[in-house]
Amino acid sequence: MNGVALRILLGDRAKYIGLIFGIAFSTMLMSNQISIFAGLMLRTAGQILDAREADIWVMDPRVEYVDEIEPMTDMQLGRVRGVDGVDWAVPFFKGLTVAHTRDGMLQQIILLGVDDATLTGVTPRLVLGSVENLKQPDAMIIDRAGFQFMWPGEEPGLGKVVELNDHRAVIVGISDASAPFTTFPVVYTKYSSARNYVGRTRKQMSFVLVHARPGVDTHLLAQRIAAVNGLKALTWREFTWATIGYYLKRTGIPVNFGITVALGFIVGAAVVGQTFYIFVLENLRQFGALKAMGVTNSTILRMVLLQAMVVAGIGYAIGIGLCAGFFEITSRISINLRGFELPWEVAAGTACTVLVIIVIASFASLRKVMVVDPAIVFRG
Amino acid sequence: MAMTDPSIAVRCSGVTKSFHAGDGTIEVLHGIDFDVPAAELTMLVGPSGCGKTTLISIIAGILTPTSGEVETCGRSITRMSDAEKVAFRRRNVGFIFQQYNLLPALSAAENAAIPLVAAGMPLARAAGSAAAILERIGMGAHLGKLPNQLSGGQQQRAAIARALVHAPRLIVCDEPTAALDAESGQTVLEILKDAALAPDRAVIVVTHDTRIYSFADRIASMEDGRIRAVSSAPLAQLSEAA
Repeated sequence: MNGVALRILLGDRAKYIGLIFGIAFSTMLMSNQISIFAGLMLRTAGQILDAREADIWVMDPRVEYVDEIEPMTDMQLGRVRGVDGVDWAVPFFKGLTVAHTRDGMLQQIILLGVDDATLTGVTPRLVLGSVENLKQPDAMIIDRAGFQFMWPGEEPGLGKVVELNDHRAVIVGISDASAPFTTFPVVYTKYSSARNYVGRTRKQMSFVLVHARPGVDTHLLAQRIAAVNGLKALTWREFTWATIGYYLKRTGIPVNFGITVALGFIVGAAVVGQTFYIFVLENLRQFGALKAMGVTNSTILRMVLLQAMVVAGIGYAIGIGLCAGFFEITSRISINLRGFELPWEVAAGTACTVLVIIVIASFASLRKVMVVDPAIVFRG
Repeated sequence: MAMTDPSIAVRCSGVTKSFHAGDGTIEVLHGIDFDVPAAELTMLVGPSGCGKTTLISIIAGILTPTSGEVETCGRSITRMSDAEKVAFRRRNVGFIFQQYNLLPALSAAENAAIPLVAAGMPLARAAGSAAAILERIGMGAHLGKLPNQLSGGQQQRAAIARALVHAPRLIVCDEPTAALDAESGQTVLEILKDAALAPDRAVIVVTHDTRIYSFADRIASMEDGRIRAVSSAPLAQLSEAA
């Protein structure tokens, strides 16, 4: 009876299209908003994710997330290096400063200072130049989006000069650093240069990046560093989640996105549920006739579920395709929208949600079909 | 319990049926004793609300009587489980409804094939078997048409083919001519009598339509949930009385 079920479904063109539209709209809205939300949250931890050589981030105990800086003295670096299990430990500076271009353009930037000797912490994704170029005097690496901010309309290139707090800095590399939560350019420079650019003070080291010796448990090492030095030490994964958690707790972002996602679910469930319910209701007499002719309830159950799964499958495919297309197009329109994409986890999660919607919709209708009295067909 | 007389397709003994209504119950059939012979077209006539439709629903195994015994095609309907009744209907009963109840998305041949599809035959093969019956009843030119492309008479002919396609032993018709004009009604009954009647098959027609009484081999007249009279055709007198 599967063929008959599909013919019944396709026979009512208006409702068939309405059901697919409802599922597609719901899929598009939910997956789009969750993907943007996930993208935004990942942006908050972009600099942690870009410095993946570091197993552990060490910081002042009061620091809650990566953008909250409470500087430490350089002395702490030596103490961290002395903890058993540490393979290497390097300083890391993070701060905000203002860059001036020669044509008078002024731009706030995120300044990241990496260890002078090892250059640990620079993103390995370089579009132009090399990380080693940072060892040159007054050198800096800027991200591609930042370059376009500061020199709109120009192709990214090396050799541009900016002024940072009355100090000269030359662009020696263009990176593809993860987009930050704010849209400020991300600038890498040597740790010593960074201190000069912001003005030297007694405490300037934002973080210590630690690599564990092979075979050493990073969680245990982090606990040991914290216990020995009285500092906070988190694995890169813990620090990523701590940063994301801060934005989740302290901003209205999750609530706003949550409302939109909930609307997507409710509208989807309501539109699809209502349309499917009416579709089944209008076919109730036919289902009654089938039951009178000896079609079992389980066969009718399979017919209705098949119809539901077909509209769910087609609607989901259209909706998820539209969502993927949206991110593909927007990433080409503006470099500021880079990093927003449709993660497979979101696609899978949305598929499960659509399944829930269609199950709710079909079960509400199925009840009617299951209890319909075949004698209904004898009533004129 | 097997029926002893093979010439009797349906035997009802002391059948009652009550329905719940509000706080109480209403008895719509009061001890019906009624036989339907095989190889005959039996009409069940009477005013609206007298219990005709309830009786054929019980005979066809759709409703369960409150008390009494019903044997259809040699089997006791009243002793069957719900699942057994469904299987029994699928194999032994053909239905013709007042409103045709054709599936709007299926062609005439596919609609007529439904009982075979319900029994597990693929739709295309079943439609081929149904086409042969449709051609026999003058629907050869309309096999691929959808119900909304057919006249009322043609739709009812498709429904007759659907009732015959799986060679059932009992055909139950509920007001088959009520939605048709006089000429179409006559044609449908002619086809029904020619194509449906067989030595091992009985046809029961519930009707108000006095114009088709002449097609009956036997007419059972109902009133207030009881069989008042059973007469053999021709029944001009009954026709006038109705």
